Amino acid sequence: MEENKPWALVADVLGEGGHLQALAHVLQQHFTIICHRDFLKDPALHGPKVQALLMWKYLPAAEPALLRLLPALRVVSSGGVGIDHLDVAFINSLGVKVANTPGVVADATADLAMTLLLASARQLLEGHRIARDPMTLSLPQDLMGHEVTGATLGIVGMGEVGYKVAQRSKGFDMEVMYHNRNRRSREEEQAVGATYCQSLDELLRRSDFLVVAVKLTPDTVGLIGRRELSLMKRSATLVNVSRGVVVDQEALVRALRAGTIRAAALDVTHPEPLPRDHPLLRLPNALITPHMGINTYATARRILQRVVDNAAAAVRGLPVPNEVTRPNL
Amino acid sequence: MEEEKPWALISEVGGDGLLEDVTDVLTRHFHIISHRDFLQNPRLHGPRIRAVFQWNAQPVAEPALLALLPSLKVVANGGVGVDHLDVGYINSVGVKVTNTPAVVSSATADMAMGLLLASARRIVEGHQVAVDPKAAAPIANNLLGVEVTGSTLGIIGMGDIGYKIAQRSKGFDMKILYHNRKRRSVEDERAVGATYCPNVDELLQGSDFVMVAVNLTPETTGLIGHRELLLMKPTATLVNVSRGLVVDQDALVKALLCGSIRAAALDVTHPEPLPRDHPLLSLPNVLITPHVGTHTYATTRRMVQMMADSALAVIQGQVVPNEVTAK
Repeated sequence: MEENKPWALVADVLGEGGHLQALAHVLQQHFTIICHRDFLKDPALHGPKVQALLMWKYLPAAEPALLRLLPALRVVSSGGVGIDHLDVAFINSLGVKVANTPGVVADATADLAMTLLLASARQLLEGHRIARDPMTLSLPQDLMGHEVTGATLGIVGMGEVGYKVAQRSKGFDMEVMYHNRNRRSREEEQAVGATYCQSLDELLRRSDFLVVAVKLTPDTVGLIGRRELSLMKRSATLVNVSRGVVVDQEALVRALRAGTIRAAALDVTHPEPLPRDHPLLRLPNALITPHMGINTYATARRILQRVVDNAAAAVRGLPVPNEVTRPNL
Repeated sequence: MEEEKPWALISEVGGDGLLEDVTDVLTRHFHIISHRDFLQNPRLHGPRIRAVFQWNAQPVAEPALLALLPSLKVVANGGVGVDHLDVGYINSVGVKVTNTPAVVSSATADMAMGLLLASARRIVEGHQVAVDPKAAAPIANNLLGVEVTGSTLGIIGMGDIGYKIAQRSKGFDMKILYHNRKRRSVEDERAVGATYCPNVDELLQGSDFVMVAVNLTPETTGLIGHRELLLMKPTATLVNVSRGLVVDQDALVKALLCGSIRAAALDVTHPEPLPRDHPLLSLPNVLITPHVGTHTYATTRRMVQMMADSALAVIQGQVVPNEVTAK
């Protein structure tokens, strides 16, 4: 019955009239949900009922101001695998658990990385624009792209997402090299035909396409900066599906303007969204998507199911399957 | 020596014709003359021309032109499709026709995958949202696409290009169905995990993505029409890298408008380009690219090299690779 279900505070998109309203039923299996907008109408009334905060795309933000209003909170259950937006130590100090959703985001994110790579390499957006342009009266013979088949793919960050990118690029006969804190096993390398590159610099020098798929940690902030971009080939394409701050955006703008690299395709920026007058939005060789890595109905559903399962376990005092205890692993 | 180089007719360098960067491949072995220059004195230039290099179906190999080229031995086409050429007629006047199979396959298969993914993941809309100067908060919560990993891909036409598409989609754990005039070998099927569908209807009903990669022939004209589109899932995406005429465009427009299928991604249309007021150009769930399946520098270069090699072989009376004859 509705009354027996614990209360969960959720992002507005999952509430009435929100874009993900159709998926709300996944949450309602275990929780009575109240969206942030409605919660704010009477936080004193609703706050003490809330045992779970269910986050989607960073919202509702798990800030002290909000957490203070939720004395019965047991868990912050975040959709997605990145937790750089959460002060885990602080939340834990309140006696509240934190959970994320690894294992269900990687396929969709790897698919998007390949989409960005191909769209950039083969000038898909420019082609679409020309095809629709009222002034187009003949086929553009000079709209040329860069060969993907047989090209060298460098993967920075060979976790779940990076590895799946390697799997996908194998079908394109790409030569796959990777750089990672830890080397993968020989079997794993052989399965995707990937060569380990101890030196990030070497990876940068040799890649035609560089896919960045690292976690955001203090070590990876600004990982791709002026120096790294200058080591890349002038014909190379940078693809980022990690976090915006992994790339030094100012250096990237300079590099794209000067032709230091050919192009960039970014699903993530800093901030998100970029200010409307940011140069990245106007560079012809920058393809930007609004953090859509997991934006499929099926993956969104899987993520929400995991969010709910994690939260339900926490509320029942059971072990939380995807509990996050240390902020930077 | 320069004087011994045979003469060849092309449409033009740059513009709608051959990419300037690759003309050195031709000029190494041929004196080339553009159609415009040729027309200034056809009686002078015509008898010297041994080869016509067709790019983007130009210069048009029609009787009026061929009549001016008494020494012509070969029409070498850039691209594998020769549906725009009356091969029987050209052969009848003692001229061979060659095309460029195989070299175009990888780039076209890459393009096919790019179209499939871009449509599935709504990249065009995403980019528009991301760069829109007016968007207040372009967080794309409402831009949900369809899952590619683990979905079912139905390939109609399992030739060189279709097979390479299968190889690429295997990496995405896609389930692959295919329909072809001839079934592939068991080894070929197993290598990409493809299941043969003798009945194309079965493929249409079972696929999340329908990929059309056939030659254009009388049998494949209008292959995907009203009936076929209705058989497809309402969540399915149609991708066409064959020729525009393989798809009944009016039926496609209707199917997209009423939701018989989710979306379409087309590198080819009929005509090319479409009239500027064609409904396909304004439908939000249609991605169109201007026939750029082979448009990479590397592949273009390889195509032109193949054209030059084929034409030289004909002129020198050697075995002709890549000759196309009328069936």
